[in-house]
Formats: sequence, structure tokens, C-alpha cells
Amino acid sequence: MAGEITALTMPKWGLAMTEGKLVAWNVAEGTPVAPGQPIVEIETEKITNVYEAPAGGVLRKCVAVAGDTLPVGALIGVLADPSVSDEDIARFIEEFRAEAPETSAAEAEAVRVASVTVNGRPIQYLKMGDAGGIPLLLVHGLGGDLNNWLFNQPVLAQKHTVYALDLPGHGGSTKDVGGGDIGAMTAAVVGFLDALSVDRAHFVGHSLGGGIALSAALEHPRRAATLTLISPVGLGSEINVDYIDGFIQSERRKEMKVVLGRLFAKPEIVSNEMVNDVLKYKRLEGVKAALSTIARAIFRGNKQGFIVRDRLSEISAPIQIIWGEQDAIIPSSQVAGLPASVSVHMLAGVGHMAHMEQPQEVNKLIERLVTSS
Amino acid sequence: MSKKSFRQAVNEALRDEMRRDSRVILMGEDIAGGMGAAGEQDAWGGPLGVTKGLMPEFGRERVLDTPISESAFIGAAVGAAATGLRPVADLMFIDFMGVCFDQILNQAAKLRYMFGGKATVPVVIRTMFGAGFRAASQHSQGLYPLFAHVPGLKVVVPSSPYEAKGLMTQAIRDDDPVIFCEHKAMYDDQEDVPDEPYAIPFGEANVTREGDDVTIVAIGRMVKFANEVADKLGKQGISCTVIDPRTISPLDRNTIIDSVEETGRLVVVDEASPRCGMAADIAALVAQDAFKALKAPVRMVTPPHTPVPFSAALEDIYIPGVPRIEAAVRAVAGQA
Repeated sequence: MAGEITALTMPKWGLAMTEGKLVAWNVAEGTPVAPGQPIVEIETEKITNVYEAPAGGVLRKCVAVAGDTLPVGALIGVLADPSVSDEDIARFIEEFRAEAPETSAAEAEAVRVASVTVNGRPIQYLKMGDAGGIPLLLVHGLGGDLNNWLFNQPVLAQKHTVYALDLPGHGGSTKDVGGGDIGAMTAAVVGFLDALSVDRAHFVGHSLGGGIALSAALEHPRRAATLTLISPVGLGSEINVDYIDGFIQSERRKEMKVVLGRLFAKPEIVSNEMVNDVLKYKRLEGVKAALSTIARAIFRGNKQGFIVRDRLSEISAPIQIIWGEQDAIIPSSQVAGLPASVSVHMLAGVGHMAHMEQPQEVNKLIERLVTSS
Repeated sequence: MSKKSFRQAVNEALRDEMRRDSRVILMGEDIAGGMGAAGEQDAWGGPLGVTKGLMPEFGRERVLDTPISESAFIGAAVGAAATGLRPVADLMFIDFMGVCFDQILNQAAKLRYMFGGKATVPVVIRTMFGAGFRAASQHSQGLYPLFAHVPGLKVVVPSSPYEAKGLMTQAIRDDDPVIFCEHKAMYDDQEDVPDEPYAIPFGEANVTREGDDVTIVAIGRMVKFANEVADKLGKQGISCTVIDPRTISPLDRNTIIDSVEETGRLVVVDEASPRCGMAADIAALVAQDAFKALKAPVRMVTPPHTPVPFSAALEDIYIPGVPRIEAAVRAVAGQA
């Protein structure tokens, strides 16, 4: 019975991914696996990550082996109940291979960025998922873009509609950031929701995006269903301005690689491709000015200028905070002394980019908060 | 962002910089075209259409069709640059440089030095090079190492549409004379190129693939062949770093040396003639500065030291291609 067989396919992490290399299976053929269990490590040009079992079952067949490079959507393995016969598994693989190319092309086609006009300026976004209910909105940090959510958006989109946007000054959005302050950024994000007729959203914000989410929830209480804040600005004065300056000023590969390494607990995660993408973005006319404007507006000297930790009680939406213990940009100690209503999740062995460094855990936490509210 | 051809990418950079800076002018043979003919006034845009559409926007004051006299108009461009304009002169084929060498290597390259830094010569000389066009030995050469040999010149050899736009923008903004070498077989290559202006700094190599076993340094059109080899061999257990120097002068030595120190193996791929060329230059650099890291002799993949053949069959085997690069990489990796 086909229903008992689950195809494990090469995931698509980020818009640019067309193929991935299987680094290693974490479980052996014939082993039972639980849904969500990390079962295989996959490397792309940009990054290496673990792929989680989409369902439970026994890993009946590893179709791909370590070292194989396969296109997105290609079959890498088969999960099934022990009761399914080996013949049925073999037939499933054969049929999948016969049909696969068209499916993956169609899927790749479906994921496309779009653009909407907010206050007369273009804002680029990516929509994934089609479920009803309150959608999720993912807001990246300073210097990031919607691709930062590559490990989160496709997973969360299995059960929800998920929007990720490029903030003004970032990605494919306008490079006009106005005053560049939290208010201007918040207006752009809320204006984006208006433009898409999204009344309420579950906000997920990273770093600067976390501060924007907080500001949106304070200014427009009705719009925020829940807040997930990952290493957010807004909770304390300390911030690593050397990083901010380095990010804005670096124009060369080597310097940029070192700067980006500070984002992660394990700097090795920074691939050549990641550095190239950031440099390409930073070379665009207007980007350096936009980033400088934002940095000047949001940080005062070498401290954060937007701090709302005393106002958290005004927010009625449930708030959870996720922080990497080894965050070298904004210290995780800023969670100390927050109201008890705020749930805090400290992740060990993680730096400033929890959503990229431990996506499985972050996705679980987001899913749990969104579903429980 | 949209897919653009190499031709469109160069055109866009010229257009953006002409809009930004009224001192930027274009000069060359038939770069507008239609001069003196009734009717069509923007007939050519250069022999391969790169400057098409610029004359209608900027007028004949800023897009100048010149007589067929390279020595005259390159000299005029150098003079115009020394006196305040930022000319982009189109020298059509690099093979024709010979007639204006004095203007380039004695005047453009030397003025800043001779005047103790008080003069600058912000001229760009655009020129086509490369084999594969069935254009025979006088229209197919890759003579750019001649210019890398001359101190005072900057020499750019872009490897893709994205690179071409950013490097042309930088070339025009740069205060020194720049020889900008466009491979004529690449004009229809396409890739994503941002709509916004952007400049790629000179002397900063691009690393297009990252691997542990072999460093491939490739120039211009050879970069895409090197990438192809790296992708293929990566699946067969030989992982390659591919370095595109972007500018052969200045040359980003550090990126090359750092990489060879990690991999211990070097293949240099260049379409220019092998003697006294970039492949030999880079091989010598590594032999001198990273000798201890080398685990195998350096391999150069270049054409033979002959004129470019007109025979199509001979021209095809003249050009370094994927099979020869692959064989060289396998050889240095000990898997020949």
C-alpha cells in the first residue's frame, strides 16, 4: 500500500538550491526512525544541514549514498512500515523515478519571490504554504534577507501560510530606508501586511527583525498573534558594534568571511557561497548607505537605542525568546530578569543565528507556540 | 534582478555611468553607426551591438563615431582623459592594439607617474579578444598579457555577465587607464544580473568553487570551463577550488597563494599564448611563494604557441576546453 511508504527526497533549502550532496546517513538501513528525527546530512553550495524524517517508519532503503549529488526532489531514501514487502519498496522506487523529474520541476517553479508596493516602494517577499488560519511572518535581521529562513520557511509552510520578506534596504526590496529607525521599519512591515490584506500574523523576528516585531506588537497590538524573537534587539543596551561596522565596511572576501563567522558558534558554517552572496548584495548601489542609515538610527554610539524591555507587559500576545548561548553579537544574558510570561529557550552550542544553526529546534518551538495559541 | 546577456550587462554599465557622470563619453568605430547615412542613426552599436541604444539617449556629443584610425582616436581618448573627461574607447579587436601602442604604453600608462601623481588618465579601452569565432589569426588573439606586462595599466578580463557589469562600472570610476577585455564568444552568455548599478573592486579575485584537492586558476571564458570540471570531478572525489582573478593587473596574489597552501596543487588555465603569459606568471608566483605547499608540479592549460588557426577543426582543438582541463586536474591529483 502506497500510503505506508514515504519518499525521502532531496530538500530545497533556499531559492538558489538546485542540487544537494549527501554527506552521510545518520541512521542505517533497517533502523526505525521517528518523525522529525535528523536522519541524513546534506550539503549545498551554501551550507550543510540535517534533513529530518518527514514521517515515522523504518528506513527501508537508502537510495542515495554518501557523496552522491542529486537534484532537488530526487529520491534519496524510502521510509515504510516493516510490513511493506521488499517488492513493494522496489516498485515504489521504480515508479518514483519514472515520475520524479516533472514533479520536482513543478515544485521548483512554484517557489518564486514576488514584490508588492508598500508606501510607493517595492518590498520583495516569498510566500510558502497555503494553509488557512493566521499566517506566519518571518522578519530577518540587519544585513540579512528572506533566504535566512531557508531551513525554517519550507518546514513551517507544511502546516501554515508563511511569508518571509526583505526589509527596506535589503535583498530585493527598495534601498530607500527613510529614517532607517525602528518606526520606519515597523511601518514598512505593517504596510506589507496591509498590502497583502493580512490582518494578523504570528511574527517571527531575528535580531533587528525581533525589534521590529516587538515594535509592531506595541504599536499595533491587534496585528500580532504571537511573537517569536530570536536574539532580538530591544531588550538591553549591549550590542557588538564591531560586528556591525565590519559588516557594513568590509568589501573583500577574506574580511567578510571573518565578519560573518562571528554570527555563528561554529564559524566553519560560513561557506564561500554565503560570502559571495553577501558581497553581491553589499555592492549594490544604495546598500551601504541604507545599512549605515539603519545602524545610525538604531544604535546610539556603541549601544542599542531602541530598548523596550520595560514595556513587554503591554503586549498581550504570547512571547517566546530563543537565544544562542554563544551569541557574539547580542549577549544572551539580556534574557535575565524578563517577565515570567515570556518563555525563554536558551540553545547550547549556538551563536547569533539560531534559526540557521539549530533549525530543527527553532522550528519546533515556533510550531508549538503558533499551534498552542 | 533578471537574466541578462554579457552584451546587455556591459551596455547597462555604460548607460548607468553615462547617466551618473556627464564626463563619461564613448568613442570608437561604428559604436553608434549610421553616421552620414540617411535614416537610421543608431545602426550598429559596435560590430556586435554592445553600445546599441546609447547614442539615441546621450547624443552624438557623447557617443562619437571615429575614423578607422586606432592610433588617432586612442590618442585622442588618452588626451581627453588627461584633460578631464572619462572616455570609454572601443578598440574593437585587441589584435589592432599594435598600431596605438605608444599612446597606450608610453602615454596613458606613464602620465600619472611622469607627473608625480598630479595627472590622471581615467580612460577605459574596451576591446574584444578570443578564439572560437572563426575570425582567423588577426582577429582571434588573447593579447591581454601584453598589457599586464606594462606597469601603470589595469587589465580586466571578466568571466560572466554579472562580472562584466560590475567590473565595467569600476573601470569607468577608476582613475587609471583600464584595458577591458571582452571575449567575443561570451556576448550571448546569460545569468542573473542586478538592475541596480554595482562596482566590483579591482585586485579581488572571485572564488567560484571551493574545494580541498586542487586549485584551478582560470581567466575569462576559461572560468566557466573550470567550473564545469570542478562540478564534474567533485562528484568523482576530486574537489577543486576555482579562482577567477577578474583583473590580471592588479593580480590578487594572496587568494591564489592561500588556496594553493591549502590544496597543494595548481592548474592554471588561460586562453592566451603560453609564452610569457598569465599562466606562466601565476605558475612562477606559486613556485616562488608556495613551493613548500606543492604536492605536484604545476600544470598550465593553454593553447599551443601558434597563431589561432582559421580551420574550424584546428581552432576547436586550439582552445583549451573541458577535456584538457579535466586531464590536467586529474594529473596533478595523481588520478591520470
